[in-house]
Amino acid sequence: MDLSTLDPIALIVSLIIAATPLVLAATGELVTEKSGVLNLGVEGMMVFGAITGFAAAVESGSPWLGFLASATGGAVLALIFGVMTQYLLSNQVATGLALTMFGLGLAALIGQPYAGVKPPPFPRLDLPLLGDIPVLGRLLFSFDAMVYLSILLVAAVWWFLARTRGGMVLRAVGENHDAAHSLGMKVVPIRLAAIAFGGACAGLGGAYLSLVRVPQWTEGMTAGAGWIALAIVVFASWKPWRVLLGAYLFGGVTILQLNTQALSLNPALPAGAGLIVVGLVWLGLALRAGRPAGLALAALGLGAAALAFGLAAPRFQIGSAWLSMAPYLVTILVLVVMSRDRARAALNAPASLGRVFHAAG
Amino acid sequence: MKLASTVLAAAAALALGASGALAQAKDHVKVGFVYVGPVGDFGWSYQHDVGRKAVEAEFGDKVETTFVESVPEGPDAERVIQQMARSGTDLIFTTSFGYMDQTIKVAKMFPDVKFEHATGYKRADNVSTYSSRFYEGRHVIGLVAGKMTKTNTIGYIASFPIPEVVRGINAAYLAAKSVNPDVQFKIVWVSTWFDPAKEADAAKALIEQGADIIMQHTDSPAAMTIAQENGILAFGQASDMKQFGPDAQLTSIMDHWDPYYISRVQAVLDGTWEETDTWGGFDTGMVQLAEFSDKVPEDVKQMAMEARDAIAAGTLHPFTGPINKQDGSPWLAEGEVADDGTLLGMNFYVEGIEGDLPK
Amino acid sequence: MLRLEARREPSRAMLLLTPVLAVALTVLFGGALFAALGKDPVAAMRVIFVDPLFDPYSRSELMVKGAPLALIAIGLSLGFRAGIWNIGAEGQFIMGAVAASAVALAFYDVQGLWLLPLMLVAGTAAGAGWAMIPAVLKTRFGANEILVSLMLVYVAEQFLIAMVSGPLRDPQGFNFPLSRSFHDSAVLPVLMEYTRVHVGVLVTLLVVIAAQVLMSRHIFGFRIRLSGEAPRAARFAGVDRAHVTWACMGLSGAAAGLAGMFEVAGPAQQLAPSLPVGYGFTAIIVAFLGRLSPPGIVLAAAIMALTYIGGETAQFALGIPAAANETFRGMLLFFLLGLDILVRYRLVPKRREART
Repeated sequence: MDLSTLDPIALIVSLIIAATPLVLAATGELVTEKSGVLNLGVEGMMVFGAITGFAAAVESGSPWLGFLASATGGAVLALIFGVMTQYLLSNQVATGLALTMFGLGLAALIGQPYAGVKPPPFPRLDLPLLGDIPVLGRLLFSFDAMVYLSILLVAAVWWFLARTRGGMVLRAVGENHDAAHSLGMKVVPIRLAAIAFGGACAGLGGAYLSLVRVPQWTEGMTAGAGWIALAIVVFASWKPWRVLLGAYLFGGVTILQLNTQALSLNPALPAGAGLIVVGLVWLGLALRAGRPAGLALAALGLGAAALAFGLAAPRFQIGSAWLSMAPYLVTILVLVVMSRDRARAALNAPASLGRVFHAAG
Repeated sequence: MKLASTVLAAAAALALGASGALAQAKDHVKVGFVYVGPVGDFGWSYQHDVGRKAVEAEFGDKVETTFVESVPEGPDAERVIQQMARSGTDLIFTTSFGYMDQTIKVAKMFPDVKFEHATGYKRADNVSTYSSRFYEGRHVIGLVAGKMTKTNTIGYIASFPIPEVVRGINAAYLAAKSVNPDVQFKIVWVSTWFDPAKEADAAKALIEQGADIIMQHTDSPAAMTIAQENGILAFGQASDMKQFGPDAQLTSIMDHWDPYYISRVQAVLDGTWEETDTWGGFDTGMVQLAEFSDKVPEDVKQMAMEARDAIAAGTLHPFTGPINKQDGSPWLAEGEVADDGTLLGMNFYVEGIEGDLPK
Repeated sequence: MLRLEARREPSRAMLLLTPVLAVALTVLFGGALFAALGKDPVAAMRVIFVDPLFDPYSRSELMVKGAPLALIAIGLSLGFRAGIWNIGAEGQFIMGAVAASAVALAFYDVQGLWLLPLMLVAGTAAGAGWAMIPAVLKTRFGANEILVSLMLVYVAEQFLIAMVSGPLRDPQGFNFPLSRSFHDSAVLPVLMEYTRVHVGVLVTLLVVIAAQVLMSRHIFGFRIRLSGEAPRAARFAGVDRAHVTWACMGLSGAAAGLAGMFEVAGPAQQLAPSLPVGYGFTAIIVAFLGRLSPPGIVLAAAIMALTYIGGETAQFALGIPAAANETFRGMLLFFLLGLDILVRYRLVPKRREART
């Protein structure tokens, strides 16, 4: 085994890039869900954003206009869902699924002339001085603007939900729409705004795929990323900062699997190391807050076991399907742990999620 | 046009039975194509569609071509093939391995319709199979890669561990090794034929591991785009991917179905269509190389062209002994040439390749 | 301006009129779409909506394609009526198919009439078992069943891939991720010669009838409806919410697993990663299009199957790209789902004084 070629910083950098579309789409869906609306059409909005963004960037020559167009495209598609579910009171699950079908089809139709076209480049920021700092320079300052914007978006959403009156209104609407309505809040317009925001973010995530991460347009290029974004929202238990963690976990599994193959390395090794780091940070946070640290210890133990297995069988390779399953199982576990404690669950999961609202009279 | 035929024992027996039922010449044929991906995938299905258009261009009014794209390899495929057969199509090309049993099944019900199944191994009186010897192209790009790598590390993005893909890896590796004893292959299995984001990530992982040349056996041009971005070199797959990597692409192994499709349609027009098994390479024009980039030095280009011509002429076989299997056990003795049967079922790495073949 | 006013009871006229209206609107907008692509809209509509109905083979395929949709949707509709949201039918379908295939392949060399029933039991049990995971997590820990069942779809998809590239892979299949083709005794008998209409279609029909009886005549159906429409009243009437959850999830999972078994033992006769083509998700839409009633679901499943089969024909007969068909289907769904509101609500002019 040759560990000298394992460059953890490069690994983290590609992980962050792979996770960025997921961060964008999941943050948007989080806001939609916080308002009490479950939009399962994320995949459709993402792929639609990928093509509208791509087409606009190619036609105008400006990737920024492309991103703007992708957000608009995603929002417009989301508003179809919004009108259907908020005014025509159609079932959210069924309508979301229909939206995915429609989005995939329409995107492929619009995209036909764009197969094989090269988009204008979207440069990395290459910050002078900062980017030259060893290790940290690459780790923190080597990305393109959308990566920073996605993190800013997470911060902004957190601030909006936790610290502003608007955020409180949004959460109230998601918690109990009848009560919110009787308090004079405009449930439907608020939800429409949240739905449009979710669509815009999903569109941006799609455009990040077609303009930066891959960069090209091919039919069906999101290949399930929208569904992963839905899982991440649950994994994050509707907390913005945890969306980042979830996106890195889901994106990380793919990156890990590809990189350890290139290295002929047991994926348990880096996975164990990562778990130990996460466990240690978690333990520190829990101890400082005086909260029970059982789960952090469990993560540490699991990490140690994985590391031991990795060292014992350094060349072991697991079938990629088993590895790809893991984050979803972790998500279910998180959901169960979170729901078990009803008082805490109530703080996060929007109680009116997926329910139809119609103000009588 | 001469088509190289590899006839396995079982097929030969069937072919004897088939030769009796010669159809009459026709003045108009309807040709159908079933694609597994969208025609806009710029890889496998796209290239078959290029072949379809070549048929239209060649025969004009004498043919009518139709296609159905994105057909899942399962029960839906059987219906699509059958609907085509029912609608008066004379010749149907089913262009993915996963359509094998469905093609055979429908063919039984429509003895007057001719079927052609790509990359499969089951035939019948009215079902031919065809595929390309892509490994011949992989030999040539292996030579070029071995000569041109500076880090002695070639990255290889592989889909599934089927013989077709394993054969390609082995052919490219042996060729690279023959001109550069220090060369090393890093292989990443992505378990998909088409997932641009995953292919792009795989290319990035390989570049991080020091690969300065990328080869791929997946369908999207994502890896080429990444190679271009990172200023390294790559070989295209299935179609000419120069537009995705104008500086990166050295050449591309192109599936070139046009000559085969044209010859088969011609055979139906003439009433001479027979069940065959075609495995064509450089000699038939079914495998072609895209134009070499300026980055390839003249002497390397020369060597590559010579290898291609020698393979086409039949004087060079990419799998010529002595070759050992990965575990060191002998496979081919000095001067021995691999037989098609072993190549068609290839499920082992040759000596020198690192890592385990996924099981 | 117009506003919506709830009707006292669902309008019978609208019940019949809205699907017609939706199809009419889809024909209008879809026709414009096809015309914009340079295709003859009239011919397109004929090929998609009319031709398949008059061609015997297409009619038989409507049953083959529609049966799994109807079977899964019937199962789901029970839960949906009780307010229990199983959206993981796709995963239960996959697990049913995998379990049935595992049985078929384990007894590959053995033949017997007992094999198909055994596969049926395995597939149904696997589907039900997979659905019981979210059910138990819901009743025991309060975990949202929408999300857990959705997560389990992805797990099932990966499990299928792991199985066909591992234990269930054809040993003579050159490492392709496919299983062997099933033996004759693991294949469902066909009901009509020269078609693929298998016994499963008949069973689906029986399940539909049984569901209709269950929901309208049986105390269990009453409990389901009560616990969906008036949860508090249900509790007073002694309906145990946990039991209803288990029953609804278990039954819907069993139906999806059964559909998976039918699909793999009927038209597919082989396990492949491409076996699931989204029946589990499409069935959710079908359940709502059918307004959660068994006859409606059958009709909705037939309409969905029609658009798939017609869409394929439109591709090779008229050169309409697959993407246009998908867009067209999306439009149809939007119109059907959206107009449904007219059944329960009526449009009335907005009057200021109406507000109190």
